[in-house]
Amino acid sequence: MTRTFKGFVAAAMLASGASLTAQSGAPEIAFDSTADLLKTNTDGPNAVFVGEVGGVGQDSRGRIFVYTRTGHPYATLADNRTFQRGGSRLLVFDRTGKMTAEWGQDVYGFNAAIGLRVDPQDNVWTIDEVASQVVKFNPDGSVGLVLGRKPEAIGVRPAAPPAGRGGGPEAGRGGPPAFPPGGPGGRGNALPGSGTPGSTFNRPTDVAWDKQGNIYIADGIGNNNRIAKFDKEGRFIRQWGSTGSENGQFRGIKSLAIDAAGNVYAADHGNKRVQVFDADGTYKSQFTGIGTPLTMCMTTGATQYLYISHSGDADGMEDAYIQKVGLDGKVIGKFGSAGRLPKQFGLANSIDCRNENELLVGEMAVWRVQKIALKK
Amino acid sequence: MKRCFTSSLTALALAGGLALVWAPAQPVVSAQSKATATNVPVIPHEPVPNFFKNPPGIYTGENMGIATDSKGNIYIYHRAYETRLFQYAPNGTFVREIGRGNYGFAFAHSVRVDAQDNIWAVDEGTDTLVKFSPEGKILMTIGRRMDPVFAIANMPGQGAFHGRNEKYRFGRQTDVAWDQQGNIFVPDGYSDGRVVKYDKNGRFVKAVGTRGSGNLQFNTPHSLATDFQGNVYVGDRGNARVQVLDNDLNWKANYPNTGNPWAVCVSGGPGPKNPGKQYLYVSNSWQDSAPAAGAEITGEVYKMELDGTIIGKFGRAGKAPGEFATIHQMDCRDPNTIYTAEINNWRSQKILLKPAAKSSAN
Repeated sequence: MTRTFKGFVAAAMLASGASLTAQSGAPEIAFDSTADLLKTNTDGPNAVFVGEVGGVGQDSRGRIFVYTRTGHPYATLADNRTFQRGGSRLLVFDRTGKMTAEWGQDVYGFNAAIGLRVDPQDNVWTIDEVASQVVKFNPDGSVGLVLGRKPEAIGVRPAAPPAGRGGGPEAGRGGPPAFPPGGPGGRGNALPGSGTPGSTFNRPTDVAWDKQGNIYIADGIGNNNRIAKFDKEGRFIRQWGSTGSENGQFRGIKSLAIDAAGNVYAADHGNKRVQVFDADGTYKSQFTGIGTPLTMCMTTGATQYLYISHSGDADGMEDAYIQKVGLDGKVIGKFGSAGRLPKQFGLANSIDCRNENELLVGEMAVWRVQKIALKK
Repeated sequence: MKRCFTSSLTALALAGGLALVWAPAQPVVSAQSKATATNVPVIPHEPVPNFFKNPPGIYTGENMGIATDSKGNIYIYHRAYETRLFQYAPNGTFVREIGRGNYGFAFAHSVRVDAQDNIWAVDEGTDTLVKFSPEGKILMTIGRRMDPVFAIANMPGQGAFHGRNEKYRFGRQTDVAWDQQGNIFVPDGYSDGRVVKYDKNGRFVKAVGTRGSGNLQFNTPHSLATDFQGNVYVGDRGNARVQVLDNDLNWKANYPNTGNPWAVCVSGGPGPKNPGKQYLYVSNSWQDSAPAAGAEITGEVYKMELDGTIIGKFGRAGKAPGEFATIHQMDCRDPNTIYTAEINNWRSQKILLKPAAKSSAN
């Protein structure tokens, strides 16, 4: 009864072009969680620790891919510039969560994992917000396509040496910088990666594909606020979007999804909404009432749904949940809460919904992937 | 994440090589001060020679943290090529490395072992507490490593005070301890000036403190210990005092006469509560810059009753066995066996106290 009524309202509001408002009455979806899904060797010099999970996805064979911030981002001192490397790894697990392999060891552009998707052909796509790159790995683990170019150098200027000897406890933490802002070694001397036309990303966050294999990149949470479209060979086709809150504008695109009809759904984080475009980028509609969206996943069944995670605080410790949403923006139900315990979500940054009722959820503020079983 | 992407500074910096603005330099923290306590009896002490034994190819760097578990194992958290956490057997033999390459290790600050023998690494480089099971699996983290994009945009930075006081993020937090209920206490730190309490599941309970020199104000709360009653002893280093708080973080007392407390420790271990009498140890450490002038007035460790009454002291600044430079953390599970982690000497020591022997004041 309630749902019917809401659905009617939703349809009416969409028809009139208005935005939906908060739907606090969405029913809770019962669920179980396997919060300790991933198993790695944590002993000795070859230990592997999963860190913040930028992205998780599963291929048709059941392999689970986790693009995670672990190890250390390094800065290497060089001639007048500083280069960054490391900080993220792509780990491969079997369907039971046992680590079986690693891909992309020591590649150039693994710095700060922000997303991972597996396409219908079982290619694995990593998205990195510091390298500002999207890399496609073939099912055998080789690199198939690189979009965007990593900035050559980072803006690190050395701090001044401590003022005099014995400059106080743990000296070296005070004192002015050695160079004035913009001086030697600063980013002003270092051009960011130029990339191929259309692929000069600034903190891209997500990738999606249509039935033709065209590639859509959410770009992103830097200041580009656009969606870039490429053909399946990586040739730039078009882009749309700018910074703002009007239709077709964004304040941080956190996630993309494409439905069977080719419509493009963009999670507009700062504007707390999802915008819907056609395949050419023409604005079609939007919906709110889904909180502050972090990530989305489009199911593949006859009736498609979006799973959309929400976090109302910066660390997912106070206000968070995941909701199941119809393509009209109607919230079907929601599950989970904020925090670090099982069945809580500390920044759910990635959802795999290959199976509509068995999700993989990767979190940033808690170093894990939860396997979620939704009860019907 | 939200913080990062809403940061106009970040956006500008990434956008086009615009000049970054850095915070004005912090005034240099005052030099280490001489303890004001006088006529303190000396407690005879002796180091166990060459106690910690590393196999070939294993080295420790600056020893920042040291802690024992209930079985006598010893954990050293140190800054080498990487920040690393080593486990040693009760006889001082290297056993294994814990947590290698995890995302929470960048710049060691301290390590503590809780009542269940979980090992907590306190890392001021990642602003993260990492809780390991005795087997070395990560059970929980609190705090978050700064997003790399935000970190790059903020460089070079000085790690200076900022006072952001966020519930679930730290500003170079320094230590951790627990009460008998498992509540978690964190002194935070260099860039905040407060003490934070979480429940045993890491849920924020409350925080107290601002930067300053009054009661419930801190100038680099650098070390923290709890007693079996749940009282909290904060090494308020820059203010040259130990501040004592109750379990709800209300102010109780200041102990101002033992110099600048780099490290505090309450004997008896983390619990479960045992009937033994507890003592407070406070290290007036030689500065890590090791100025020659400081060596004569620092380097000693005080043994105190929990009410602040000084019982005695031991040690002095230096590099010889039994001397200290610079004690950064102590373990005193056994009140007569003190483990010291030292920055400048790249070592830890096992120190045996001989409290029964009478000694003359110096």
